[in-house]
Amino acid sequence: MGALLSPAFGTVIWASIAFIVVLLLMRRMAWGPILKALNDREESITAALNEAEKARQEMATLSDENERLLKEARKERDSILTEARETATQMVAEARAKAQAEADRDLANARDAIAVERKAAVAELKAEVASLSIDIAERLMRQQLERNDEQQQLVNKLIDESPLN
Amino acid sequence: MFKRHTPIRSFVLTVFAAVVAWGFVSAQDHAHGAHGGHADVAEHAAEHAHEGDHHGSHDEAEFKAGEFIVGHIADAHDIHLWGHTHIPLPVILWTSEGLDIAMSSSFIAEGDHHGHADRTYHSESTGVHYTMHGSEKQAHGETILAGSITAEGVDVLDLSITKSVFGMLLIMVFMLWLFGSIARSYKKRGTVAPTGMANALEPLIIFIRDEVAKPAIGKHADKYLPFLLTVFFFTFFSNLLGLIPFIGGFNITGTLGITLVMATLVFLITNFTGNKHYWGHVLWMPGVPAGVKALILTPIEVIGLFLKPTVLMIRLTANITAGHIIILAFTSLIFIFGKGGEEAVAGMGIGVFSTAFMIFMYLLELLVAFLQAFVFTLLAALYFGDAKQEAHH
Repeated sequence: MGALLSPAFGTVIWASIAFIVVLLLMRRMAWGPILKALNDREESITAALNEAEKARQEMATLSDENERLLKEARKERDSILTEARETATQMVAEARAKAQAEADRDLANARDAIAVERKAAVAELKAEVASLSIDIAERLMRQQLERNDEQQQLVNKLIDESPLN
Repeated sequence: MFKRHTPIRSFVLTVFAAVVAWGFVSAQDHAHGAHGGHADVAEHAAEHAHEGDHHGSHDEAEFKAGEFIVGHIADAHDIHLWGHTHIPLPVILWTSEGLDIAMSSSFIAEGDHHGHADRTYHSESTGVHYTMHGSEKQAHGETILAGSITAEGVDVLDLSITKSVFGMLLIMVFMLWLFGSIARSYKKRGTVAPTGMANALEPLIIFIRDEVAKPAIGKHADKYLPFLLTVFFFTFFSNLLGLIPFIGGFNITGTLGITLVMATLVFLITNFTGNKHYWGHVLWMPGVPAGVKALILTPIEVIGLFLKPTVLMIRLTANITAGHIIILAFTSLIFIFGKGGEEAVAGMGIGVFSTAFMIFMYLLELLVAFLQAFVFTLLAALYFGDAKQEAHH
C-alpha cells in the first residue's frame, strides 16, 4: 500500500518536467491559436449579427420613411385638391358676383337711359302736341270766326262746356 | 424486444452481452485452472489459482483480493497486458556510483518462487547490485510494483519511467498532437465553422472558458486559460485511459506523484499571481480585531493556502483510485466465491451479478472521469479567481 499512499520521487520529477514543458508547448502551439480562432469567430459572428440587425433596422426605417413619404404625398394631394376645389368654387362665385354686378349696372344704366329718353320723348311729344294743338286751334279759330253766328255759337258752346258751375 | 434499435441501445446491449459472457468464461477458466488469452483482470486471478496448484499449498492458492487490487492500481515498472505478457519500461537509477538505465525486464527473479519475491539486476557499468523488493505476487511474474529498488551500501534515486509516468507522457504526446492539429485546422479555416476533432472538442474548450474560467476569474481569465485547459484535458484523457480495459490498467490521475505536481502548480500559480487584496485577506484580514487576526485567522488562512491544493490532490487521486478499486473488487468477488475453481457455479452466479454491477460502475466512472477533471479545473479556477479578486468595498 506504500506505493499508493506516498508520491514517488521519480514520478514527481518526471511529472514536473513534463507538465511544465507541455504547458508551455500547449500554450504556444495549441491554446493560443485555438482561443484566438474562437475569439475571432465569435467576434465575426457578433459583427455579422449586428450588421444584419442594423440592416434590418435600416430597412425598417426605410420602409417607414417610404410610408411616411407616401402618406405625406397623399395628404398633399388631398390638400391640393381641396384647395383647387375651393379656389374653383371661389372663382365661380366671384365670377358670378362680378357678372351679376355688371348685369345690374348695365340694367341700371339702361334704365337710366330709358328714363332720360322717355323724358326727352315725352317733352318732345308735349311740345309737338302743344304746337299741334295751337295750330289746330288757330286753324279752327280762323275758320270759325269768319262768321258771326258761328262765333256766337262757339262762345256759347265753350261757355257750356266750361266747368264753371 | 425493443421496438426501435437505436445505435446507443444496440451498443449497450452488445456491451452487456459481451461483459456477461466474459464473466462466465472467466469463471469457467478459473474452474479448469487454465491459462488463456483472456482478459487482464480475470487472467490474474485465474493465474493465481494456477500458481497455487503448482505449489500444492491450499493457503497460497487462496485468492488475495487486496493484493490483486493494489497490483492493478499501484504504479508499476512494467505494463502488464495479459498472462505473462508484459511491456517492460525503462528503469532509471541515479546513484552515487553513477547513472544506470535498464529495462525492467533485466531484473531477474532469483531463487525459487516460494520464499524470495525479490528481483535483482547487476549493472555492468557501475557495478551496483540492485534489488527490487516485491510482494509475493510479484514473484509469480506479475506486475512489478514501483518504488522498491535498493542497493546495498548505495543511495538509489529511482527516476524510472513507470507505468503512470509512461501513461502521462503518452497522454501529453496525444494532447500535443491532437490540439496541435486542431490549432492548425483553425488557422487554416479561419472563422468558418469547425469540422472533425475541432468540432468535437470545441464545446469542451468553450465550456471551460465560459463556464469555468470566466465566471471564476473574471477579466483575468485569459491569462489562466492555457493552464486550466491543459489540466482539464490531461485529467479527462488520463481518467478515460484508466477506464480502457486490457491495456494495463493505467491509473495516471490516481498516482499521487502526478496529482501532487498538478496541485503544486495550482498552488504556485495562485500565490505567485496573487494581488495585494488577496495577500491582505490571507495575512491581515481587514475588519477583524488584531488579536483575533494574529491568533486565529492568519494561521488558519496560511494553513488554508497549503490545504486547498492538498485537498485538490487527494480528491482527484482518491476518486479515480476508488473507482478502479470498486471495479476490481467486484471482479475479485467472482474468484472469492468461486474459491479457486472449487465452486465454479457460485463463481458464475456471482459473476453475473458482478458484471452487471461493473457495467453500472463503468458508466458511473465515465461520468466521474469528466466530473473530476471538471471539479479539479473549477476549483483551480476559483483559487486563481481569489488571487486575482479586486477590492470591492
